[in-house]
Amino acid sequence: MPLVEAGRIVEDRYVRVLDEEPIPDGVPVIVPAKRFLADAAELTRREAPVGVIWPNDRRVAELEPWLDRVALVALVFPKFRDGRAYSQARLLRERHGFKGELRATGDVLRDQFQFLLRAGFDSFEVKKPADALVFAKAVARYSVFYQAGADGHAPALRRRLQQNKFPALERRDVVSAGRETGAET
Amino acid sequence: MYLYDDLDRTLVAERVADFRDQVARRLSGELTEDEFKPLRLMNGVYLQLHAYMLRVSIPYGTLSAQQLRMLAHVARRHDRGYGHFTTRQNIQFHWIKLEKLPEAMAELAAVGMHGMQTSGNNVRNVTTDQWAGVAPDEIEDPRVWAEVIRQHVTLHPEFSFLPRKFKIAVGAAAHDRAALRIHDLALRLHRNGVGETGFEVLVGGGLGRTPFLAKTIKPFLAKRDVLSYVEAVLRTYNQFARRDNIWKARIKILVHDLGAEAFAKEVDAEWRTIKDGALALDPTIVDEIAGRFRYPQYERLDDGPLALAAARRADHRFDAWVNNSVANHKVAGYAIVTLSLKPEGGTPGDATAEQMDAIADLAERYSFGEIRVGHEQNLVLPHVAQHDLPALWRALDEIGVATPNVGLVSDIIACPGLDYCSLANTRSIPVAEELTRRFRNLDLARDLGRLHINISGCINACGHHHVGHIGILGVEKNGEEFYQITLGGKADDDAKLGTLIGPAVPYAQVADVIEDVAAAYVELRAHPGELFIDTLKRTGIEPFRERVYATR
Repeated sequence: MPLVEAGRIVEDRYVRVLDEEPIPDGVPVIVPAKRFLADAAELTRREAPVGVIWPNDRRVAELEPWLDRVALVALVFPKFRDGRAYSQARLLRERHGFKGELRATGDVLRDQFQFLLRAGFDSFEVKKPADALVFAKAVARYSVFYQAGADGHAPALRRRLQQNKFPALERRDVVSAGRETGAET
Repeated sequence: MYLYDDLDRTLVAERVADFRDQVARRLSGELTEDEFKPLRLMNGVYLQLHAYMLRVSIPYGTLSAQQLRMLAHVARRHDRGYGHFTTRQNIQFHWIKLEKLPEAMAELAAVGMHGMQTSGNNVRNVTTDQWAGVAPDEIEDPRVWAEVIRQHVTLHPEFSFLPRKFKIAVGAAAHDRAALRIHDLALRLHRNGVGETGFEVLVGGGLGRTPFLAKTIKPFLAKRDVLSYVEAVLRTYNQFARRDNIWKARIKILVHDLGAEAFAKEVDAEWRTIKDGALALDPTIVDEIAGRFRYPQYERLDDGPLALAAARRADHRFDAWVNNSVANHKVAGYAIVTLSLKPEGGTPGDATAEQMDAIADLAERYSFGEIRVGHEQNLVLPHVAQHDLPALWRALDEIGVATPNVGLVSDIIACPGLDYCSLANTRSIPVAEELTRRFRNLDLARDLGRLHINISGCINACGHHHVGHIGILGVEKNGEEFYQITLGGKADDDAKLGTLIGPAVPYAQVADVIEDVAAAYVELRAHPGELFIDTLKRTGIEPFRERVYATR
């Protein structure tokens, strides 16, 4: 399963460690949520980065106390159609201010890439190798969006105001759509 | 009309390219049908009994003459010469080939049309009053808000893979013509005690096998908060609704399981954290969208021109049609005209390519080039000068869309049923056709007054049978078609679900039963002006039940 990061296929530097296995020293690891929570203080004191696999039916708010010490959160798409992790991703980024790696795992296919990127994911465990090869093309399919997204595109509503040079543009403090993710000009 | 700009057009064009690529991958086998399914559904493409079906979005039911002509063209070129208008103010083509779909979509895109989010587990076409912008009883044009929401939820990065479909309706008039309370989320614009306008928010309505009417979770929401509140509802739904069972995945089940109050609390907590963020609506943004709705340059005319009165006296058929199909407009001298797509023996909601072309021409001549689609599966010309009514009527009559049965017993809402649909258990269209023959006598129909019949060919309730004054639901028993009859449903401001009248009856008896119900009403009504629904309310269902089952 190829891993795509910053648009390129890369080697996964993390080792996945399941519930009962010992944690290897000095190696970045990803552990399941339960194990992480049981041992969070210890795990986040390690030298090497630690990541957590967070299931899609558990509130991400539970992770909040640890987010500044977690290097990676892996969210899960058990099926392409199951979109719960999109909400979790946005909450982690926008509400809890998570700055680390946000990884999409599971049934991750080409036609989700742009949605995932816009929801705040920045690494992707892609199910089909052929999909990973066309990642850059797949995330450039759309250039117009009606919402703000984590990919930095300004929503159409705001772009129109800029194009039309509405007088209201002077009042930047009140034109707020899209501000969170930084509007392009 | 809402005018698309370059941004809207670019998005639709990109969507066509995206879909073309997906179809190519499906045809080459790179995508399995299982993987392709959610993708095609996001573009309104279903796999039906005989072929793929394409459902084209008609946002808030507003069409230009040019768009209607393109629909006629698609019907002629890629389908069998007709299209079917649906209860969600969309149109669907039932006989289209997969290989043809990208081309049909590209042609539609040329006039700003698409099938985005007309199916699949996402936010569907936002519907509203088909008289929006012209109804005398509205506070303001609800389509502006429908458009604000439509844009926001189109290809939304968080809400494109919801537990199930999600239907939003917006209303802004005293009288509810948008069936607000059967929607997953409904926004009703109204004025509060101090004269400000805002929205009542209702959630959890829906029909299907577990029907619920929507419950109010916020009595007054300021306009600036519409998007953040919709976002909070969708986020709550996306995270917490059931995904293990598609029959329990709609928001109505979540609202029911949690209780409306607890659900509202959850939404409120979410909303408070985002309401002052990026989604707070600046008035300039709303003004920009409102500014792209173009309204006709109406002439200064008086109500009730002499020529109209004379024409009505001269021709009783014309007079009957005016009485039935013409409604008051908010501008003096103009009228709202409903075109019945329910001719005797016809399929409810079907229009041929020739009819669509002719209606497009008539819209240009008499209605400032604008057409509306209503959820009752009829078309509307929303801006007709009253003095043009006689000429318009003659033209409509000629193409078979002037049956004066709007709102009457033969103005039946029906799903496609087993004739097309792979989910259906029974036929719907032949039942509707038979009923239109039974009640073809317009004097009889007028005597029966306002009486809505809704037919669904399965429990998914696409024909909205729960809210028909008379609801007919097809069920299969040991390989045979049976129909359950409910009475007393309503989809208006005082919405109610119908009550089952008794055991299901076989296909051959449905029309007889409906005739018995109608006859019982005529006997039971207190006076000729008492509507069916009011008689039923007064007497209860029992006398109707007795009458129908006494001899069965």
